[in-house]
Amino acid sequence: MQVLYGRHHVRVFRFGLRLVRDEQVAEDLISEVFLDVWRQAGKFEGRSAVTTWLLAITRFKALSALRRRKDVGLDDETANAIEDTSDDPEVVVQKKDTSVALRKCLTSLSPEHREIVDLVYYHEKSVEEVAEIVGIPENTVKTRLFYARKKLAELLKAAGIERGWP
Amino acid sequence: MMAASKKMLDQEPSEIELLLPFHAAGTLNARDARRVDEALASDPELARQYAVIREEYAETIHLNESLGAPSARAMAKLFAAIDGEPVRKPSVSVNLSARVSEFFASLSPRTLAWSASLGAVALLLQAGLIGAVLVKNQTASYQTASLSTNEPVTRDLAAGTPVRALVRFAPNARVADITALLDRYQASIVDGGKGGMFRLQFGDKAMSKDEIAGLMSKLQNEKIVSLAVATP
Repeated sequence: MQVLYGRHHVRVFRFGLRLVRDEQVAEDLISEVFLDVWRQAGKFEGRSAVTTWLLAITRFKALSALRRRKDVGLDDETANAIEDTSDDPEVVVQKKDTSVALRKCLTSLSPEHREIVDLVYYHEKSVEEVAEIVGIPENTVKTRLFYARKKLAELLKAAGIERGWP
Repeated sequence: MMAASKKMLDQEPSEIELLLPFHAAGTLNARDARRVDEALASDPELARQYAVIREEYAETIHLNESLGAPSARAMAKLFAAIDGEPVRKPSVSVNLSARVSEFFASLSPRTLAWSASLGAVALLLQAGLIGAVLVKNQTASYQTASLSTNEPVTRDLAAGTPVRALVRFAPNARVADITALLDRYQASIVDGGKGGMFRLQFGDKAMSKDEIAGLMSKLQNEKIVSLAVATP
């Protein structure tokens, strides 16, 4: 278990943190996820990658944690309001730094869009794996990511940054 | 032939457009990857969109890497909970061991592919150098939570920390090219092969923000480098 934990806990933590946006809660999630793994090891059938299994459990636990926290909803409006703690778009524009603005806008995406962007870009999960983790059809994975990217472009545009797409 | 990219915002995206992010992340199967490559070669607008995607890809990695790592509290809590679990029958323990073995046997194809090919060869060639550099640089600049029970996991971001970056080499990069690049940049591989990304360390001295940006830009312009992102 120590080996498994040592190998995967950082990725599990980061995925959880991006969903719940609270370090304490994300740390609690890790314990819960790996305890579940310990309890359910016999059920793992090896049909998918370990990380896919771990991220699916993490996502389930994160959503449960969010439901428990009455102050954090899953709608875009609430998510954006909570995230809006650092520079406002004008300040970002002043910085003239596309990278900073991009990262800022990535954190401003809705939870559904954030998770799909993270799973594909950071966790490097395939269409099939994301479908398994999120529990949606493969075609929905592709279209959801497309619209997440479109939303990202809109946020950047609102911050005064044009990248030539869309 | 109709262009693979759609100009009108209210149009549904084409199938190839939907695959672009997965192509950037290297998670498409060979057939789809070839289809995307062919479309990219013949459609400048699609290629432009792909460049934007690669930027998003790099920044998403950068953002996630900046999130740090959990403290040892999480691990302590986990193992305290495991200690509190009912004692398992021996057969169950054996079964768990077998399952853990299966975990590692079932790592993602992409990880295995990279680790087994370029990663393995490059790491072998660099083994001596890496070992020396790692031993030399073990000045508590990095600590993993899994080995510590008391201290929080921290990365020393003090001025003396050498520059590190996540680098992906082009699929056609030869081992000789990679070792030459490592020599040129006085770099060593400190972690390799995960998802085709290698963590490189450059020299043993800290650099200013501008120097790091310059280094990343120079790296990015190398023919055999397809992505270079500085990491904390």
